[in-house]
Amino acid sequence: MNTTLDPSPETYRGGPDEDGHFGIFGGRFVAETLMPLVLEVEKAYDAARKDPGFQADFDRYAKDYIGRPSPLYFAESLTRELGGARIYFKRDELNHTGAHKINNTLGQILLARRMGKGRIIAETGAGQHGVATATVCALFDLPCVVYMGATDIERQAPNVFRMKLLGAEVIPVHSGTATLKDAMNDALRDWVANVEDTFYIIGTVAGPHPYPAMVRDFQSVIGTETREQLMAAEGRLPDSLVACIGGGSNAMGLFHPFLDDEVQLIGVEAAGHGIDTDKHAASLTGGVPGVLHGNRTYLLQDNDGQIIDAHSISAGLDYPGIGPEHAWLHEMRRVDYVSITDAEALEAFQVCCRCEGIIPALEPAHALAHVMKFAPQQTADHLLVMNMCGRGDKDVFTVASALGVAL
Amino acid sequence: MNEIRSVERASRLSRRFEQVRANGRGALVTFITAGDPNPSASADLLQRLPAAGADIVEVGMPFSDPMADGPSIQAASQRALASGMTLARTLAMVSDFRANDSDTPLVLMGYFNPIYRYGPTRFVEDALSAGVDGLIIVDLPPEEDQELCHPALTAGLHWIRLVTPTTDEDRMNTVLKNTSGFVYYVSIAGITGTRAAATDTIESATKRIREKTSLPIAVGFGIRTRAQVGEIIQVADAAVVGSALVDRIADGIAEQHTDDVIVESVTNLVSDLAKGLAVG
Repeated sequence: MNTTLDPSPETYRGGPDEDGHFGIFGGRFVAETLMPLVLEVEKAYDAARKDPGFQADFDRYAKDYIGRPSPLYFAESLTRELGGARIYFKRDELNHTGAHKINNTLGQILLARRMGKGRIIAETGAGQHGVATATVCALFDLPCVVYMGATDIERQAPNVFRMKLLGAEVIPVHSGTATLKDAMNDALRDWVANVEDTFYIIGTVAGPHPYPAMVRDFQSVIGTETREQLMAAEGRLPDSLVACIGGGSNAMGLFHPFLDDEVQLIGVEAAGHGIDTDKHAASLTGGVPGVLHGNRTYLLQDNDGQIIDAHSISAGLDYPGIGPEHAWLHEMRRVDYVSITDAEALEAFQVCCRCEGIIPALEPAHALAHVMKFAPQQTADHLLVMNMCGRGDKDVFTVASALGVAL
Repeated sequence: MNEIRSVERASRLSRRFEQVRANGRGALVTFITAGDPNPSASADLLQRLPAAGADIVEVGMPFSDPMADGPSIQAASQRALASGMTLARTLAMVSDFRANDSDTPLVLMGYFNPIYRYGPTRFVEDALSAGVDGLIIVDLPPEEDQELCHPALTAGLHWIRLVTPTTDEDRMNTVLKNTSGFVYYVSIAGITGTRAAATDTIESATKRIREKTSLPIAVGFGIRTRAQVGEIIQVADAAVVGSALVDRIADGIAEQHTDDVIVESVTNLVSDLAKGLAVG
């Protein structure tokens, strides 16, 4: 392992503190109207996670409805093709709804039911979290309102229709730049206006405490399973884990159970047209600490503290912030954060289709592009697990257009 | 020096509330966004608000992501940013205002990130020297008081906090603990510029607040007309009007009016609202 741990705490898994801080990151930066509600969610979640009945419910739906555990697959052709590390895919793209997002929406809707909330709201970028939320709302017969940037609605039409089929109301957001950050602003505005009956299902490891910790906990099923599955397959822990990062929920879910082990952890941000251009979504590589959407974290912003629009070919990575725990792990140098451009991700997308017969989402195609650089430099006994966090059916139109193919 | 300034500052707000009370009326607080529709028209408008009838001026610091604001004030922020407004220019605008008006209390309202980027310590110093009396920072609840509330209070700036319909008895103590200048009661659980609350609901809330503090109470969110201002000041010390003024600016732009005509349209509305201030 070549990650420098400096200074090294006793555990990297102890956060957040009782005020929701990971080092200086996290916290509860919300309007007073929301504070009582945020505290209520925290209290309810604290009680739920100590309740074996809550965990049993989660496990039952995770198994029979989502289809967990997702397989850990040895990507033999790709391993041969790249030469170097033995590459495994954690196949969360095989979950019901086609991505890891549903692990979290299941957990949160079970909590909302426990709290007696009668209405669910969510924000969505690519539409995967919106679909996963609409799905569990259909399952539990709760009304669902999804806020989605008007720009994203245009480029993710199939997911918009899926949400509608599932009974959700999709509200186009025209404010600001009409993308994910604005959808989150409008969801927060809805929550402020409907505090009595509404539960806000945030889709990533961001937002006011307890959301970053709660979403991480629900997604940690990914890492926990990976640990057991790799032990069964190889008799030992992996040498490295690779995952893509927008807000960072799939990466946090994979990494968290391994934070205190000698495993190299690599998070892959979206470099868009390149980190040195103004069109990217790499908050850690190209941003500075700031406060947005209830937490302090790294943000893309100008010198006046105004938030800058992110860009990525992948709508799911197109967010100007990142979860606060990632910001902390970055500063502690426990996780290595790298970035991959649109062009590199497109190339990896095609390699994966041809080589493994798996059409990946554009989000994990970023992780794969880094694996293609990293794996050949490792020895043949190096065990690498990449999170295949979503499938690419939703992206075929975007990819076709990027490759100049008319459908 | 700092101490003298802070005494003077502390008294500007309380003196204004005393004056207004002595005149047997309530106070009008007007909100505009700094730099809306552009820096020069905005500075001109700010200078004219006191003469038009504003007792206290509240100035919004534009932010790209104003989560607690409705469409009107979001649009105002965007117009201001598009016209090149920055936090430094907002402070300069306050400084210019203060050069001509040493009596009207001025409070800045906004979100934390631009201040965090500017540097909280430097911001507090510069706000003080510009002549700011108090701060309303929407996304800094008591849980985050160490960020800006403590430095601001120590330096002599007022820290004005929002009490909302979701604030219960326990929470009220937490919220009022470091509140100074006045209490801002948000009349509805929601964003700015949308619906208005019923006066009897507001009355029971202001009574609840008065049991816990002797600070003046201003009521805002959803107040647009002279009649509403008249009703509010029967149960509170001040009424805050924001979106209605900002909408006048948006209307003026839509009708392609000159800056002078837009400024006059806003000050006319302020004069009209001020007619609602007599108590009784």
